[in-house]
Amino acid sequence: MPPRLELRNITKSYPGIIANDDISMSIMPGEIHAVLGENGAGKSTLMKIIYGAAQADAGEIFCDGKPIAAHTPATSRALGIEMVYQHFALFESVTVVENIALAVSSTFDLDALARQITELSNRYGMPIDPHRRVHDLSVGERQRVEIVRCLLQAPKLLILDEPTSVLTPQAVVKLFETLRQLAAEGCSIVYISHKLDEVQELCDSATVLRNGKVTGTARPKESTSAQLARLMVGAELPEMHVSPSVPSDKPVLEVRGLTAPARDKYGVELKNISFEVRGGEIVGLAGVSGNGQAELISLLSGERTHGNALSIQIDGKAAAHLNASERRKLGMAFVPEERLGRGAVPPHALWQNAVLTAHRSGLVRNGLVDRKQASNFAAKIIERFKVKANGPQSSAQSLSGGNLQKFIVGREIALEPKLFLVAQPTWGVDVGAAAFIRQTLVDLSRSGAAVLVISEELDELFEICDRLLVICQGQVSPPLIRTKTNREEIGLLMTRVDRGNGTNGRGEVAIQD
Amino acid sequence: MAAPVIATGLTLLVGSLLFAVLGYDPLATLQAFFIAPLNSLNGISEWLLKASPLILIACGLAVGFRANVWNIGAEGQLIIGAIAACGVGLFYPDPDSMLLLPLMFFAGAIAGMAWAAIPAFLRARMNTNEILVTLMLTYIATLLLSWLVHGPWRDPAGFNYPQTALLSAAAMFEPFDYAYRLNASVFITVVAVFLMWLFTDRSFLGYKMSVSGAAPLAARYAGFRESAAVWTGLLAGGAAAGIAGMAEVSGPLGQLSPQISPGYGFAAIIVAFIGRLNAFGIVLGGLLMSLLFLGGEAVQMNLGLSAALTRIFQGILLFFLLAADFFIFYRLRRIPEHA
Repeated sequence: MPPRLELRNITKSYPGIIANDDISMSIMPGEIHAVLGENGAGKSTLMKIIYGAAQADAGEIFCDGKPIAAHTPATSRALGIEMVYQHFALFESVTVVENIALAVSSTFDLDALARQITELSNRYGMPIDPHRRVHDLSVGERQRVEIVRCLLQAPKLLILDEPTSVLTPQAVVKLFETLRQLAAEGCSIVYISHKLDEVQELCDSATVLRNGKVTGTARPKESTSAQLARLMVGAELPEMHVSPSVPSDKPVLEVRGLTAPARDKYGVELKNISFEVRGGEIVGLAGVSGNGQAELISLLSGERTHGNALSIQIDGKAAAHLNASERRKLGMAFVPEERLGRGAVPPHALWQNAVLTAHRSGLVRNGLVDRKQASNFAAKIIERFKVKANGPQSSAQSLSGGNLQKFIVGREIALEPKLFLVAQPTWGVDVGAAAFIRQTLVDLSRSGAAVLVISEELDELFEICDRLLVICQGQVSPPLIRTKTNREEIGLLMTRVDRGNGTNGRGEVAIQD
Repeated sequence: MAAPVIATGLTLLVGSLLFAVLGYDPLATLQAFFIAPLNSLNGISEWLLKASPLILIACGLAVGFRANVWNIGAEGQLIIGAIAACGVGLFYPDPDSMLLLPLMFFAGAIAGMAWAAIPAFLRARMNTNEILVTLMLTYIATLLLSWLVHGPWRDPAGFNYPQTALLSAAAMFEPFDYAYRLNASVFITVVAVFLMWLFTDRSFLGYKMSVSGAAPLAARYAGFRESAAVWTGLLAGGAAAGIAGMAEVSGPLGQLSPQISPGYGFAAIIVAFIGRLNAFGIVLGGLLMSLLFLGGEAVQMNLGLSAALTRIFQGILLFFLLAADFFIFYRLRRIPEHA
């Protein structure tokens, strides 16, 4: 049997960079094949070539033994090749069925299409109501819409680009079930990721890319993470050094009885939250996304203020009524979950983005921005955090997600904060850089800063935190000492409600997806 | 940067077509429209005289536009500025005082800012839409002006024309040469262009406003107050428009009448966008827009074409500018039919 897809010596270069260099691989029908690599390894370019959205400079692509001629996304779809992009292209204000109709149908028989969507989505265990509006859907549900859109075409090859980067752990489990079912029915799947554990769990085979070249192939289920990481990174991962924490006597961040109504009907109400973070320690906040993390972090960062000034205290001073800038004066720094548009201004250069929060560090004089100082500041961050950029003049949007994250983390750490809030510090960051960022957080805390990490990756929290909190349905658990708890206990707290209040009656599970 | 050039080119092209359809020789008409007006010293004087308020107002508006604060009521702020300045000029006890002109300058600026403060307050406090409020206030300003010149401020010696008495010499800007109308108020515009460049390109406040415009969530993240951007943006536009109104009264007009502006406040919006909200670009945009005003008048007088032509050219120019932007940022592509 010929392979479903075969690439022979694919080469693609862009000005100044060879994105794909002589890449060959083949995927059999029903095979789940991982393409592993760090950010910038050439994965996305390769997928665009397979899908026909970009043309290779050299090399050939065969589908079921036949070469693909005049390759465009349309010919791909005619051959049964479908792609789910990392960033969804859905119209928020219309319903699921209308979105899908726009993408796939030649006719607009919405009722028939809606029935098809319901039937198909139930068959693959990811039910979706075709008449809901997209803006009401969680990210996981939006991804289902994209996948259902592809499934309607009865694909023979499905390409998924980092599909889990936006999903909760539970949603990932469901997605994997769906993908396995699809593969069992003979559909081949190309799965792009840099998450080793997922690839090991799901994929039958893997092609590893580094700097545009194939550095190896592997059977992920039979390989260790260390072996795969070495192929990806080209070197051993640095080991984390976590020295024992010496917490300060007084808390740097103190939250007392923080209660806040939901921002809108999709938000979560925060109920009587109390915890503290001391200097010299890292506290982790675990939880399934959508349980009030976004509300809590915006209240802690000052993006939202609170009437009861004493409910949040920074360094002993009432702070809940202060805006972000005023809290930063008290020694706070913050890395938000969204990099583009929140942590950085997309069209602005890096030196301008340095001014965004570092303007108190001598970058502004007499009301004027000191461009030279700002450039120097940005250049130092680029150097110290090994940000891949063409210098302080590069725009924030020209950087890859991981590199921009390094820049933002670097900028905030350069402010020498007393209190450091960071949400999803390593989302979309490659393994090497993630290890570096985690080590930096540990070092920062050991130098005396109070660090609060909000993350959905339990492994990450267990690796660096001294104490752990769990947020569920707007309530925060009492703190747990990292060394005296385990994943099971945290997992239970993540999905149970009302533990502390003695009501315990509702065994409701707080999973969004 | 290409969009304004493309838009200007296409405007000329469509303009020639328009002339041809109307039965005029396109080349000769374009010559009469765009070149003949600048053939004399008086033409140059008129060109700069009309460019000055356009550039001044556009500079003020662009400060707000950069932060997504949409003040489209500069016309009203100009009128209120002109009324306040003229009021000071008419009723100040000593009509020959050296203080008169500076007082009128501040009266114009403060009145323009006060008029713009209404939408600023409403937006900052009650989140009303400043586009609607500024636009509606323009009509109120126009009617207020009309009431004043028809009623309380009408010149008793003016043969019942709806206009005020002429201002005294001390209330007027000195022309460079009494043969032409161009006067010292252009220096105000030169200073405004420099201040606008300094503000947008170098100042921290201008930086904060560009963050508010480009990424409101990042502004919130950094703790830059949205209300500060709203107030700064609207007050800058109001002050510039108010000063432009004062410069009209103290310059070419010398008095108030029901029609004191040929639409400078609205045309300045186009100038700000042709200039890419950038000081240097606004100067070029203002010169182009001023030429459209002059050319419209010239072909009306010399060839008998309609005065509406100027507005048509303005409209075509803005249309092509927005369209050129769109096609520079997006590519049009034929999508094959689905199988």
